[in-house]
Amino acid sequence: MMNYILSFVFCGAVCVIAQLIYEYTTLTPGHITSLFVCIGSFLDLFHFYDRLIEWFHAGAMVPITSFGHSLMHGAMKQAEEFGILGIAMGMFDLTAAGITCAILFAFLVAIFFKPKS
Amino acid sequence: MDKKTYERIAKQKKPKKYVLKHSLYAFISGGIIGAIAQGILDILMNYFDFSQEKAVPVMSMTLVVAACILTGLGWYDKLADKAGAGMFIPITGFANSMTSSALESKSEGLVLGIGSNMFKLGGTVITFGIVSSFILGVIRYVFLH
Repeated sequence: MMNYILSFVFCGAVCVIAQLIYEYTTLTPGHITSLFVCIGSFLDLFHFYDRLIEWFHAGAMVPITSFGHSLMHGAMKQAEEFGILGIAMGMFDLTAAGITCAILFAFLVAIFFKPKS
Repeated sequence: MDKKTYERIAKQKKPKKYVLKHSLYAFISGGIIGAIAQGILDILMNYFDFSQEKAVPVMSMTLVVAACILTGLGWYDKLADKAGAGMFIPITGFANSMTSSALESKSEGLVLGIGSNMFKLGGTVITFGIVSSFILGVIRYVFLH
């Protein structure tokens, strides 16, 4: 039960930070998500994001910051084996499932559903 | 003078009230998505015997598929109007941005519409994610080795 509360609080808190940036600046959601991805990969520079995942479980895996983290994480894992080229080789290792699914289902939904607006 | 100060105070208070309300909505909706993700993770690990490494991608795939279908039905955008950042910061927002731009450009055709416009909104996330991860990855690699 504690895991659920921690996930709720962390994911909610990240969303509140984004909402506050959205309210007080002129940035669009696109800017904010890009910013958060960069923050996520920056936090992985010192393995800080791994600790966040240990503490908050799924709450830290759901926000878009974890996208930057997993890009970086996969890249560094391959870099240990193949050197600096591994950064390019392993970039999508961990996020591949999410991106593939998003592309596939975005395509299928676009074909089978009618636009609402 | 009295009226002026009142107006000034009223002006200060008014947008703040909305900010608080929007933040609360964002907190609750974001939190619910986080809790759902934790629930999916628990179910996968306890009932299907997935390891943590295998369960995490399956969890994000489930959320992405759900977000795509909700976008197709038109429900996601209604939720996003209310919840604001609570709906575009979780990974579901990425799926939503791709699905909605693909849906909107459906009329332009299969290749030039859906194919080329799918990443119109969601592409920035991938671009900046890769650029920042690559630069930071090189920095980390150079300093560690």
